[in-house]
Amino acid sequence: MTNKKLSIKITFLLLVLSIFAIGQDHSNNAEDVHGTPVEKDVKAEQKEFIDHHLKDSYDFSLFSYTNDEGEAVHIGMPLPIILFDKEDGIKMFMSSKFHHGEDIAETGGVFYKVYHNKIYKTDEAGSLDFDEHHHPTNYKPLDFSVTKNVAMILIVSALMFWLFTNLAKSYKTNNGIPTGAGRFFEPLILYIRDEIAIPNIGEKHYKRYMSHLLTIFFFVWFVNLFGLTPLGVNVTGNITVTLALALVTFFITTFTANKNYWSHIFWMPGVPKLMRIVLAPIEVLGMFIKPFALMIRLYANMVAGHVVLMSIIGLIFVFGNWMGGTLTFGLAFGLSILELLVALLQAYIFTMLSALYFGSAVEESHSDH
Amino acid sequence: MEKLFADFSLGLFVFQTLIFIGLVLLLKKYAWKPILDAVNEREEGIKNSLESAEEAKKEMASIVADNEKILKEARIERDNLLKDARSMKDKMISDAKSEASVEAEKLITLAKTSIENETLKAMTELKNQIADLSIDIAEKVLRNELSDKKAQMSLVEKLVEEAEGNFSTKQ
Repeated sequence: MTNKKLSIKITFLLLVLSIFAIGQDHSNNAEDVHGTPVEKDVKAEQKEFIDHHLKDSYDFSLFSYTNDEGEAVHIGMPLPIILFDKEDGIKMFMSSKFHHGEDIAETGGVFYKVYHNKIYKTDEAGSLDFDEHHHPTNYKPLDFSVTKNVAMILIVSALMFWLFTNLAKSYKTNNGIPTGAGRFFEPLILYIRDEIAIPNIGEKHYKRYMSHLLTIFFFVWFVNLFGLTPLGVNVTGNITVTLALALVTFFITTFTANKNYWSHIFWMPGVPKLMRIVLAPIEVLGMFIKPFALMIRLYANMVAGHVVLMSIIGLIFVFGNWMGGTLTFGLAFGLSILELLVALLQAYIFTMLSALYFGSAVEESHSDH
Repeated sequence: MEKLFADFSLGLFVFQTLIFIGLVLLLKKYAWKPILDAVNEREEGIKNSLESAEEAKKEMASIVADNEKILKEARIERDNLLKDARSMKDKMISDAKSEASVEAEKLITLAKTSIENETLKAMTELKNQIADLSIDIAEKVLRNELSDKKAQMSLVEKLVEEAEGNFSTKQ
């Protein structure tokens, strides 16, 4: 019990400390990029920091601080950069070459530069050409780097694989009774089967979708939870990730759909002929809106959670006194608990809605239609 | 919206999709299928055990009912046997009594007849003896009295008279 409390305290301490430290670092970054040293107020600094946190990054930085000489020291690890350059072929190097976006990376006589979280090809001086919208016009190589998010996805996948294969093994060695962590995860697996899959998909077809539903539930949940740790990752708050997840659901729905599903889209039974013609485009649109909503819902919830939580923690520095600090800390603490719930809730909703869509795809036609 | 498009990264998308699909397939083979199978098996096992327990309970109940039935039958049988025995005993006693009384009657009748016979016999004997004696006495008296002719004649007359008298009263 005391152990748990202690670990929560340390977690928050780390979170607050890392924000403070990286916040310092980023004022330096901003100066470097724009070339002119601007004295920024705390609010703008925080906004920039939060913006930065929400984005993917090329290295896995845990925190950074400014040392006595005024240099930013980053604690973390570099990640591999993999680029497909149409002129120079495949380029692979570690992200440490960028020095956290401050430097130009040179590899085999080719130069690359990170600008607004994207890698551009550049020259030795690192010059970028901009169009009238302030977008760089330099060549952008195809970027398959293992970014922070990709690394986190890999870590969570490995964790899940280890966890659930162990659980499966414990059933074999223990006569069908789970042990250890399995006692915690088994009810969740059963809940997904009995409360999500079977009621929404039906006793007949649910088995085909169980693997996907279970994987998506635990993947989203674990990734959400990691987003709350001081690792500072924001995987499910990235539109690319939620798009990929929603697309998987969309394609499974589309490719496992039966005749009944398609007839409900293109030729709605039980309504007048004219209405069927009117309904068809709406239903076709609905096919795409459903996964789109899935994507936006998860993305927006996670981003909102991170923004609110970080802004409230940031308030500590806006107030700058012990009263405000203490109050804000309490608020941030309460909100973190709420976010723990949201992490689970969003995973549940994603799984639930996926199951609902699968259910509509395999629903048998009823005589009462 | 523009920011959302700017945030989109093809590399991350490809990684996420491939890793996720790979994870689904791997977990399906090595985790979900074994877990769900094990859980199903266990649930089936529990269901079967419960059913068999219920069956055993029913069987027990039927056995108890059977036992009670048998006991009841046995009791009725015993009662019947006792009743039979009692009635048989009564019948035997009454039979014996009636037989004994018949026998006794018979004996008494037999005794009576034999007594009567004996009496008759004794009486006859006695009569015969008396007759003999009287004849003897009469012989002696007659010899004595009929020593003269006159006396003999008067006696004959007298006897005839008497016999006639006897004869008329008898008729």
